[in-house]
Amino acid sequence: MTDYRTPAAKVRGLGASGHGTAHFIAQRVTSIALFFLVPVFVWMLATSGAPDPAATRAFLASPMGAIVTLLTLTAGFHHMRSGLQVVIEDYVHKAGTKAFLLLGNTFLTLGLWLVTVFALVKLAL
Amino acid sequence: MVELTLPRGSQPTKGKTWPKPDGARNVRTFRVYRYDPESGNPPSWDTYKVDLDDCGPMVLDAILWIKNNVDATLAFRRSCREGVCGSCSMNIGGRNTIACTSGIDEYDGTITISPLPHQPVVRDLVPDLTQFYAQHAAIKPYLQTDTPAPEKEWKQSPEERAELDGAYECIMCASCSTACPSYWWNGDKYLGPAALLQSYRWLADSRDEAKGERLDELDDPFKLYRCHTIMNCAQVCPKGLNPAEAIGKIKGMLVERES
Ligand code: SF4
Ligand code: FES
Repeated sequence: MTDYRTPAAKVRGLGASGHGTAHFIAQRVTSIALFFLVPVFVWMLATSGAPDPAATRAFLASPMGAIVTLLTLTAGFHHMRSGLQVVIEDYVHKAGTKAFLLLGNTFLTLGLWLVTVFALVKLAL
Repeated sequence: MVELTLPRGSQPTKGKTWPKPDGARNVRTFRVYRYDPESGNPPSWDTYKVDLDDCGPMVLDAILWIKNNVDATLAFRRSCREGVCGSCSMNIGGRNTIACTSGIDEYDGTITISPLPHQPVVRDLVPDLTQFYAQHAAIKPYLQTDTPAPEKEWKQSPEERAELDGAYECIMCASCSTACPSYWWNGDKYLGPAALLQSYRWLADSRDEAKGERLDELDDPFKLYRCHTIMNCAQVCPKGLNPAEAIGKIKGMLVERES
């Protein structure tokens, strides 16, 4: 199809969505959270007696262990989702494929997060 | 998907090699991208031998020497030949810059010259910058006020004026935007470093009254936030400006507005 839109029409496109900043802030907030959480989580896990199954289970069932694990993985999955979203938007331009991948990204990270919550609740109870 | 390979028929062929000028002793070889879309032929790399003893010191001088002495069909843009008009931007030795302030002696061996990357080619070294200019126009690069204009001038303190340093000097050469991978992949939606630096130039201007509207128009995942701080813009800018830093400051203004 010949595109007769003027250069101005093309560049303005559909206008500004007005929500880029919220995504930007969420990405920074999760990075800062992960900067502190990951070392604490790794240190706690390393000193918990893991990978011994009983010790790992006890760690994940303990209040501090469960809270730090949940915080770290929640921030991690949130960050992963917004990061992957940007990568998909950068490189995939076919509307259908893009929508499919963006949905897949959301479902995958949400699913992984739900598995985490379920596992932690199960271990704690 | 992004295009990682050249479209069909765009792969440059080995072009013509022109002979060494008679009697020249100080010769430098230039490999220049040639393309005439109307000819139906693929682009080619033509090789020219330039007599440096008969030519000025800048890459633009060599290109002019080629046009005047060897091959009058070579097409390129230039005007001021002193780094203020931004016309002669091109990719020299793999790096976007302006030819008139790039010394031949800054490069070793054969000097390869091609048009600014990832733009349609009008001919040879002349890219089609229509989209780039439309993006500049889209950020409204002029003072916007509602207050009636004062009788003399809009006043600005020296400190307020200093806020514009590093932003107003841009010559719109497009070296930065066309060096930016994010602009390559999403140039239709991402405004690019040059337009955003100019947007910042007006956002930073104490006299402008349209900051809110300007920010509204940038608050978008593509128009502004496609900048991933890759920094190619600051690396190549022939005027030593830092568009990435200005983009960071725009993001800072938007965050400040949210919180
Ligand atoms: S910021 Fe520098 S590279 Fe970009 S258009 Fe302006 S002068 Fe050229
Ligand atoms: S000719 Fe004007 S910037 Fe090079």
